[in-house]
This record gives sequence, structure tokens and C-alpha cells, in this order.
Amino acid sequence: MPVLSYLWILPLLPLLGAAANGIFGGRWPKNIISAVALSSTTLAFLVALEAVREFLSLPANQIPWIKTYFTWISAGGFQADFALQVDQLTVIMLLVVTGVGWLIHIYSTGYMHDDPGYRRFFAYLNLFMFFMLLLILASNYLLLFVGWEGVGLCSYLLVGFFFLKKSATNAGNKAFWVNRVGDFGFLLGVLLIFRTFGSLNFAEVLPRAASMSADPAGQIGTLTAIALLLFVGAAGKSAQLPLYVWLPDAMEGPTPVSALIHAATMVTAGVYMVVRSHAIFLNAPVAMQVVGIVGCATALFAATIGLVQTDIKKVLAYSTVSQLGYMFLACGVGAFSAGIFHLMTHAFFKGLLFLAAGSVIHAMGGEQDMRKMGGLRKKIPITFWTMLMATLAIAGTPGFSGFFSKDEILDEALKVSPVLGWLGVLAAGLTSFYMFRLIFLTFFGTERYDEHHVHVHESPKNMTIPLIVLAILSVGGGWMAAPALMGGVNHFQHFLAPVLSTAAEPAAAESSSGGSEILQALFGAPVIAGLLGFLLAWWWYIKSPETPGKLAHSLSGPYKLLSGKYFIDELYAAAIVRPLVWLSDKVLWHVVDEGAIDGAVNGAATVSRETGDRLRHASTGNIRSYATWIVLGVVVFTSLLLWMVD
Amino acid sequence: MVPTSYYLVLSAVLFGLGVIAFIFKRNILTVFMSIELMLNAVNLAFVSFSRTLGQLQGQVFVFFVIVVAAAEAAVGLAIIILIHRNRRTLDVEDVDSLKD
Repeated sequence: MPVLSYLWILPLLPLLGAAANGIFGGRWPKNIISAVALSSTTLAFLVALEAVREFLSLPANQIPWIKTYFTWISAGGFQADFALQVDQLTVIMLLVVTGVGWLIHIYSTGYMHDDPGYRRFFAYLNLFMFFMLLLILASNYLLLFVGWEGVGLCSYLLVGFFFLKKSATNAGNKAFWVNRVGDFGFLLGVLLIFRTFGSLNFAEVLPRAASMSADPAGQIGTLTAIALLLFVGAAGKSAQLPLYVWLPDAMEGPTPVSALIHAATMVTAGVYMVVRSHAIFLNAPVAMQVVGIVGCATALFAATIGLVQTDIKKVLAYSTVSQLGYMFLACGVGAFSAGIFHLMTHAFFKGLLFLAAGSVIHAMGGEQDMRKMGGLRKKIPITFWTMLMATLAIAGTPGFSGFFSKDEILDEALKVSPVLGWLGVLAAGLTSFYMFRLIFLTFFGTERYDEHHVHVHESPKNMTIPLIVLAILSVGGGWMAAPALMGGVNHFQHFLAPVLSTAAEPAAAESSSGGSEILQALFGAPVIAGLLGFLLAWWWYIKSPETPGKLAHSLSGPYKLLSGKYFIDELYAAAIVRPLVWLSDKVLWHVVDEGAIDGAVNGAATVSRETGDRLRHASTGNIRSYATWIVLGVVVFTSLLLWMVD
Repeated sequence: MVPTSYYLVLSAVLFGLGVIAFIFKRNILTVFMSIELMLNAVNLAFVSFSRTLGQLQGQVFVFFVIVVAAAEAAVGLAIIILIHRNRRTLDVEDVDSLKD
């Protein structure tokens, strides 16, 4: 087991790449910088493949494969090791992160080619890979938290990458602050886990959580409290209501960053963490309901905002929020493997959508407004066809990867809670509409840009090849679940089963036997919703392109609500940001800081200065008066001494 | 045999004279001499106790005081000469720059 014994190599490779580029890259030409960045991620991908190959030949009793390298913290009864873990869940995350990450690195060498911050970009991107690998390989909550915070840091650095733009630095700060709220909850959850179980290792905590009796429905016991706190962290990282606000703004970062961090990997860390902790969640019914409701609400809410966005990346951002909502919906109804399945297919098609959008932006010379595009189909055919594949996948077209994962989620949701399920179906229809709207506005119709100023051109090979690879994955990435639809084995679920064995997965047992008829009955609902969305988009944006404008005019109220993103940002500004600024400015600064703290410091100085000013008259410089004082002092103290002795 | 108390009274009187001279004299040299007077008053007390108690430590101590006094006289006189050179005065009232 050469690689499995030296698992630490895996995160170390991108860290070395980041360090090399970050420290020495200043004098290197671009081709060396990209060679360093690419070779570290390529090697990481190859090592991950080898690790997976070795993992698959492990006997079942050695899974999860845990390797402890050293004791990191040891204080009293508390011990945290630097230990890495591989099980089936890790394997999937590992392949997604290193594989998609590798493709996006290749793409970035083309996309960022003319950027003056080339070296900084790749140093950050490699650093992100390091933290992400640490996050998924960690075998305890504390190490996971290190990766968790690290990817947050890299997200902040890369969102604010164009730091000369005020909006970019603001977006970076916003991402950081909103995540701070979530991370606070997560940290509290971790502390509560330690208090309850006396350990933070997955291998100790999760089996014990599974064997504990479940919190009664409708009540908040310890497990529910832990689960809810962990979910606060997940909601922050994975942009769920009410903490989703940072993700749309994070589109200020370079497009490959949006693809890697804000679509394929980091934002799914919350889902990963929830699935990892499924043993806790399953015994916390209230938390499960909260997860399901929040996920479903987010899926629907973000999809409605996505309907009216005009910035191509903003549409995709809200789409990401919405799809993450689906993953949490899956977790909330207990279909953890479906959530991870959607996480994987989403990494393929949403990563591809962002990269293709980047290619469009590249072709348009930096234009992101879809109203100023149109008719690009013939000019950038590779981008068009790959993006179309991804769109078909996300819209849930039968046969494409997104179909299998989304169908599984909605299927499970309908079984557990029809309300959540049907709302999810509605969101699927909306998804299809806004995605085809994007395609039609961008690639079809009349050319709405100035041909004299914009020289539309297809992207170079190092950008199109990742697009093609991801397109193949978007199409075929879901077929391992296909047999389930014919009453056979869902290979994906089957593969994950050992990790989720503590999860009862009642639906899984059902679907293999008597589930086929329910499946038959509902087989069509998401697909039909997707088809309706497509037809509506076609009707409005191809057949009669004047309809949307008229509709926006006649329904100006709801339209403004949607295009203003429900004014959530304004609400937060009014309810949280501005009171906080007011408090900081008027009270904390001018009263507490200037009054109390400065007052205390200045007061101490004033008192000693004033005292000194008075006392300095006593020192006349006259030796004789000093001598007099000394003599008087001696006389007084001697008499005192004599008097006390008596 | 003169009683020890006589010596001690003499010592105290000499010491008191030294203190009074130190405080009231204006000439630095006189002030300096009054310090010597105080030191020797103390020396007298030391030797008288030494003799009364039949122990040598007191006399040894006196030698130390004499040595230190000699060193102090050397340094002190040097300072006085420098003061005189710089300020053209030996009046302690005029040497009060410490207050500034």
C-alpha cells in the first residue's frame, strides 16, 4: 500500500506548488509558473487515482483506512491527531476535487494568461487544493475545521483577486464575514461534540452517535443541538438560506475560481460535512427537518432569483445556490447518497457551465451582460456545444448526469415529504427555464454587441479541452445509477453503502423491491417540469423575444422583487450591517474607545503629569535642603523604630 | 576607666555638630569637612563599642570607614575643584542646577 501509507503526500503536493510559486515565482516566467502549478495538481490527481486503486483492493475490515501521523494537540483528556482517513465517501470527494481541480488548473493557464497576477493566482489556487484535500482527508472534526477555514481563506483571497476593484474586495470581505457566522456555529458544534463524546475522531464519535437513542421528534436534545450547529456551518459554507448572500457576490473573482471554488468543490464542503456526520443527523429528527426545509426553500428561492438575472455569472451563481439546496434537501430526507451523487454530477456540469461562461466572457472581451451577447453559436462552437451539454445535464434531461441525481433526490423527497418533493419539482422547472434562457440569450437570436469593438473568437486549446472533458463527464457521469431505474442496483448508492451503513436508507431497500411502481408514477414529474421550463424559455426568448420585456412591464412588482433579489442584501444592510456600523461608530468608537479606553490612558498620564508638576517644586536643587530632609527622615524613622521596640 | 557612655555622648555631639554644619554652612569645603566629622564621630562610637564588648569587628569596621573616607575625599575634592573651575564659586546656594 505505498500511497495509502503515505497519504500525506496528497495534500502536500499542491502545498509545495503553492509555496514554490508563492515564494520563488516572482522571478519566473509564466511557463515555469504554470508548469509548477500544473505538475503539482497533475501529480495530486495521479496519486489520488493510485490511492483509490489501492483502496479498492483493501479488505472490508480495513475500511475506513485511517493513518495517524503524529499527535497534533494533547491537553488533558483532549487529543487531536494529524490523521488522514480514506473511505468510500472520501474516494468520491477525492476524485471530484483532484479531477475537476486539475481540469480547471489547465483551463486557468489559458484564461488567466494575460493577467499580471498570474503567479499569485496559481499560488492561491494550489493553496486551495491543499486545504480542500485536507478537509476531505481529515479523520477528525478539528483537522476538518483546519481545511474548512483554509478553503474559506483561499476563497476570500481569490474573490478579492482583482483587489484594485472596490467591488471585488468588498465581495471578498462579505464572503469572509458571512462564512464567519457559519463557522462560529460549526465550531460550537465541534465543541459540543467533544463535550458529549470526549473525542473528535469520526471513527469514535459517529458509531457512538449512531448507537445513541434518537432525540424524540419535536424536541431539541444534545444530538439535535450538535446537528443544528453543524448545519449552521454547512449553511454558511454551502450558501444556504439565510447565509447564501456571499456566493452571488463572490462572482467578482476570476471565472475559474467561480468554477472550482464556488461551484465544484468548496461550496459542497457543507454537504460533505453533513453527510460525513449523518449518524448524528439521523438521530436528530428536528435537525433533519430543518435541513430538508432549508435546502428545499433555498433551491426554490435561488431559482426564482436566477430567472431574471442578466449577468451570465450571476445566473450560474444563483443556480449553484439552488443546486446546493437540492443536495441539502436530499440530506434532509435521509437520502445522503443521493446528495453526494448530486454533488458529484453538479461538480461536473456546474464546473463546466462556469468554465464555458468564462470562455464566452473571454470571447466577448470581458462582457458579462447577456443582453449584450446573442448569436454566438456559430462563432464559438466548442463553447456552445459543451455548454449545451451542461445545460441539458442541469435541466435534468433524461440520459444526462443531472437527470439521475436530481431524479433520485426528488424521488426520495416525494416519498418522505410530498410538499418538499413537489416544491423541488417546481424548482427543477425553474432551473430548466433559467438555464435555457441563458443559452438562448447568449448563443441564439440577434447579435446585440458592437461587432467593430468586440472581436469574438474561440478560446485556445488549453481552455477548450477541459470543456470537452467535462462535457463528457456531464453527459456520462450519472450512468452508474442508471440500473436503479430499471429496478436494478444503483451502483453509486451501493458503493457508498458501507459509509452510510449506519444510515438506515429505508428508501434504498424499498426501491429495489416494490419501489418500481412509485418510481413509474413519478418518473415523469421532474422531466416534465424541465420540459415545460425549456418550452417557456424557447417561447419567450426565441419565438417572441418581446414577451419578457412586456411581462416585466406588466408584472413590474414581482419583477422588481426578483431582479432586486428579494432585497435580502438591503434587508441585511438595514437590519444588521447599518445598526452594527452605527453601534461601532457612535458607541464603540466615540464613547467606549475615545471616552473610556482613551480616557483611562490619557487620564493616567494626566494624573501623573499633574502630580509631578506639583511635586517638582519640592526639589529645589539646594543641597542643604536635601540634607535637611534626609536628617529629618532619619530622625523620624529612628524615633519610630525606638518607639516600636519599646 | 572612662565609662563607655562618655565616648558615646562625645560621638553623638560630634555627629550632631557635623549635621548642623552640613546643613547651615555655605562653603562646599566646610560642608565636606562636616561629612568627615560625621564619619569620624561614627568611628569613635565603633571603637568604643569594640573596646567595651572586647570584640575586634568594630575596629576592623573603622579601618574600612577610613579607607572609604579617603577614597571619598579624593573624589569629593576633585568634584569641588571642577565645580570651582566651571562656576567660579564654592557656595552651595549657587550650585542648584538640579532643580531645572
